Amino acid sequence: MAGSSARRLAPEGGNQLVVEGVSKRFGGVVAVQDVSLDVPRGAIVSIIGPNGAGKTSLLNMISGFYKPDTGRVVLEGQDITQKKPSDIAALGIARTFQNIALFSGLTVLDNLMLGRHVRMKAGVIASVVYWGMAQKEDIAHREACEEIIDFLKLQDLRKQPTAALAYGLRKRVELGRALALEPSLLLLDEPMGGMNQDEKEDMARYILDVNQERGVTVVLIEHDMGVVMDISDHVVVLDRGRRIAAGTPDEVQRDPAVIQAYLGSSRSERA
Amino acid sequence: MFHRESGVFKTTYAADMALYPLPIAKWTMIALAVIFVLIVPMMVHEYYLSILNLIFIAIVGALGLNILVGYTGQISIGHGAFMSVGAYTAANLAVKLGLPFWLTLPAGGLMAALIGVVVGMPSLRIKGLYLAIATLAGQLIIEWTINRVPAISGGAQASIEVDRPSLFGFAFNTQGRLYFFLLFFAVIAIVATLNLVRSRIGRAFVAVRDQDIAAEIIGINIYRYKLLAFAISSFYAGVCGVLYTYYFGIANYEQFQLIVSIDYLAMIIIGGLGSVLGSILGATFVTLLPIVIRIFMENVGGLFFTAAEMANVISGLRLGVFGGLIIFFLIVEPEGLNRLWRNIRSYFRVWPFSY
Repeated sequence: MAGSSARRLAPEGGNQLVVEGVSKRFGGVVAVQDVSLDVPRGAIVSIIGPNGAGKTSLLNMISGFYKPDTGRVVLEGQDITQKKPSDIAALGIARTFQNIALFSGLTVLDNLMLGRHVRMKAGVIASVVYWGMAQKEDIAHREACEEIIDFLKLQDLRKQPTAALAYGLRKRVELGRALALEPSLLLLDEPMGGMNQDEKEDMARYILDVNQERGVTVVLIEHDMGVVMDISDHVVVLDRGRRIAAGTPDEVQRDPAVIQAYLGSSRSERA
Repeated sequence: MFHRESGVFKTTYAADMALYPLPIAKWTMIALAVIFVLIVPMMVHEYYLSILNLIFIAIVGALGLNILVGYTGQISIGHGAFMSVGAYTAANLAVKLGLPFWLTLPAGGLMAALIGVVVGMPSLRIKGLYLAIATLAGQLIIEWTINRVPAISGGAQASIEVDRPSLFGFAFNTQGRLYFFLLFFAVIAIVATLNLVRSRIGRAFVAVRDQDIAAEIIGINIYRYKLLAFAISSFYAGVCGVLYTYYFGIANYEQFQLIVSIDYLAMIIIGGLGSVLGSILGATFVTLLPIVIRIFMENVGGLFFTAAEMANVISGLRLGVFGGLIIFFLIVEPEGLNRLWRNIRSYFRVWPFSY
């Protein structure tokens, strides 16, 4: 982790993802209000903020789960605001969930293979016949999954049902499933939530490798400030649905609005 | 004790992903093929062949329902009606147009698939019990329609007689001949299902069952796949209905009433949800149960009941035992006969050195 803080971003070709002034309200509750976000190609951008700040809602709007009430989401110059989640996945956006959402009845390998669903073609007839096209395709994609299994060191677990795995491992499998999509943009919702220090360091290492070796842009929600400040190129701070600060980790840490959101203001200041 | 992975090394992905990765499993399959193709039809009495024939038909239907309920996690209480759609489609085509079985069979399946998709539409909005009621409505509407529309049902009796299937002038007109006819389709259905559930489409079905939100986020269009599951499942049901029609020589809506939908649900619950072997075991079990009860009562029941009472006792006992068994399985082994078999197998896997 140490060397990475010195790493400076070299943006090639500008912003990969642009979120322009999105808002989302549920009944009377405003979850996200007029939030904008620029994600440069190849960057690691972290979204932080207190509980209920609207971080996950923002991620849900990028991945197509929520349709914003106002504003738009633009990927590679293409407006994806109104697209279905499954179509957005096919455009190369993968994500993980805060509370792991693996397919518990399936093995690690099958979960990864499912991650490649949009990259595969076999239809009903080919699947039923299997021998021939579907088998050839399954084998080719199995190789891609094995590469991810090696990368994430899941070799001994590939035929284990995911329901039986330990928490930290399931988080890692979920990252693997997202990587199997071969995304150009990876959305991670608290990838280190509930992990111990060793597991957090492993996960941070994987995220950096994904970003640097595979060239995947990463948008990250995380509560562990040490990790966030170490690995992020940009940090965006949300509080009560609004963006209150943005910039490099150093800038954000010094921002008085951020300090106030996290620590609160003293009584004299409030008066 | 023979089913062991130990010492079996695979050097290609193809070998690792084979249907039967262990040599012993391959030999078991070959042995089963020899028994069912050569030995059974030679040695077994016509009456028992007729029971096996019913089992083969039930296997096709149970596999179809298991794709929908066990693999995709949707529910249908309308499968009896989908069977009747297949049955009447085939019967009408066979009688009015004189088409052979190799055309009426897929036609019956496709028509059932079409109706199945329509009945399955509510699954896009509702789940679980609500979906069960919606498909129940489908069952009743289809029953009513077939019964009341003479163009479909062929008149007052709502039944259409069909000739036995024939191929190149060879008629499958005895139980012994129908045996090969039905065995063929049962095997096709089993292999097709095994392939389907281990490939891209089958994995997507399980994804929709386990985590529909995550399924959508990795690019699975869950609406499409739910309807696809209804279509494939109803196709099986339609084919199953066509096979019943050829087996009995008649298409009659009374063969496909609500109780049939329940019977098939019982098959896959007792056999094991989300399991091909479970569908086969469940279909066998549920088909045999009333026959075993009847034979038992005919031999033992005479001690307690008069001959006149016997018919009532047998039908009552059948329902009682049936209901009791479903409750028994739901409590003791919700994963069904398939799970029991796996437990036995894994026990012997390390036998006699269990640790």
